[in-house]
Amino acid sequence: MQWEVVIGLEVHAQLATQSKIFSGSSTTYGAEPNTQASAVDLGLPGTLPVLNEQAVAMAVRFGLAVNAAVAGHSVFERKNYFYPDLPKGYQTSQMSQPIVGPGVLEILLEDGTRKSIRIHHAHLEEDAGKSLHEDFQGMTGIDLNRAGTPLLEIVSEPDLRSAKEAVAYVKAIHAIVTYLGISDGNMAEGSLRCDVNISMRPKGQEAYGTRAEIKNVNSFRFIERAIHFEVERQIDLIEDGGRVVQETRLYDPEADETRSMRSKEEANDYRYFPCPDLLPVEVDEAYIEHLRGTLPEMPAEKRARFESELGLSAYDASVLSGTREMADFFEEVKGVCGDAKQAANWVQGELSGRLNKENLDISVSPVSAAQLGGLVKRIVDETINGKAAKQVFAALWDGEGTSADEVIESRGLKQVTDSGAIEAVVDQVIADNPAQVTQYQEAEVDKRGKMIGFFVGQVMKASRGTANPQQVNKVLKDKLDSLS
Amino acid sequence: MALEHSDVLRAAHLARLGLASQDAEAYVEDLNQILAMVDQLQQVNTDGIAPLAHPLEATQRLRADEVTESNQREHFQQVAPATEQGLYLVPRVVE
Repeated sequence: MQWEVVIGLEVHAQLATQSKIFSGSSTTYGAEPNTQASAVDLGLPGTLPVLNEQAVAMAVRFGLAVNAAVAGHSVFERKNYFYPDLPKGYQTSQMSQPIVGPGVLEILLEDGTRKSIRIHHAHLEEDAGKSLHEDFQGMTGIDLNRAGTPLLEIVSEPDLRSAKEAVAYVKAIHAIVTYLGISDGNMAEGSLRCDVNISMRPKGQEAYGTRAEIKNVNSFRFIERAIHFEVERQIDLIEDGGRVVQETRLYDPEADETRSMRSKEEANDYRYFPCPDLLPVEVDEAYIEHLRGTLPEMPAEKRARFESELGLSAYDASVLSGTREMADFFEEVKGVCGDAKQAANWVQGELSGRLNKENLDISVSPVSAAQLGGLVKRIVDETINGKAAKQVFAALWDGEGTSADEVIESRGLKQVTDSGAIEAVVDQVIADNPAQVTQYQEAEVDKRGKMIGFFVGQVMKASRGTANPQQVNKVLKDKLDSLS
Repeated sequence: MALEHSDVLRAAHLARLGLASQDAEAYVEDLNQILAMVDQLQQVNTDGIAPLAHPLEATQRLRADEVTESNQREHFQQVAPATEQGLYLVPRVVE
């Protein structure tokens, strides 16, 4: 039988506020345990939550970015369950009246096709603390620094049909929240994490199968692998005459498998009700319009502009608009050097290659956008050739000199275009290599093209890479051919 | 709708209330009286009336996004039964 996978995602984006959603505690990552947990975050009696204005603004801006209906009136509710890292015994969340209504997000697949994924809604809620299960005298350690950190939970419709689509969707969400600056999107630190709902159905069938939910997957790679595993598991189960049970599962990257979390199943009755401590949230049209005015150019718009205005290929445009850091870096390089295609080549080629190799993010690139722009500018105006440019890049990477011009000057890499100087070097190389000259002269005319490479190499070496390669080629060819 | 003995025990369990089975009977009766009143309220025609999330005619005030709290860990942990390395310790949670 042909099976079709149906996937819906719940993406939790930690909002980049200074303070928590309902208290004035700091949200800085990595602080000493429980030093950023106030009386409100601890759920101590007598405390009351007060909603953070920025959290509301960020949620609204996300809604506007995905063309969603922003609710003028939304309500916080209590989701009741007991767990030690949730001191109040409930999570303050939204369910029946979330702040962001239905929207739509376009995803771009590897083969260049586009697909619209519907967003069911997005709501504000608070994060829980962290349980540390290492052995503390046979007990569990609780750090409540994260408790009360604002989250935007973005819930998709079950419109995704493959692991690749799911990853493309999460990447699109990641791009949007980082472009908006409402989340740092750091998956390793848990700023963006994802619950994956998966079910299978025979191809062509309308009704959905029973779904399993994989909780808290925190990297693009794990999302893809968890889905692959779960699809196989469900197909095997059904084809062996079994049934998928609705349950929560956990993806274990070490074993590369999903496992049932039966412990949490039994109490899955959250008894939502409106939180009496928080009044309904009202945002008026004027405020929404004001926030609309603060939206930056979004990834899809940027991609389109890179293609149409800058003449980049669809592939280049999508890579360079993939993250805000990448796009900003590229645009600065382009601004300095004035050549979009060269800028695109250098950012995606030499720079990205070196960053990947050293496992660095572009935000901490040792070569700044201004420096790279200055370097590319000197290629564009033919001050240096491509070979010298790579030397300059490596020097800048190693912190040698503050600008490309400085490195070009100190290393004497300025391209030699003076034909007299080039001819002198060419004559010297011909005089120093009589055997190769004879070989060249005896070779068939159509083989000579290849053999000239040796002489070009010698000339470039003698000129320490500064000779203009096109000129060297021409002078060499003229001289060698006139000898015979 | 009427509650049964098992519903009350389940609600007590969800709320982590220690309720002895023999005590549940009294709660079954009390809660059913409350639900009877709710049934009566349900009779009222509410067509065209928006659901009410809060009885006050007021909306949520927002606070500026500023850090106003300082570290009071030592203070809070004085009442904790067990702590270590700044963590609150609780009976082992098995996943």
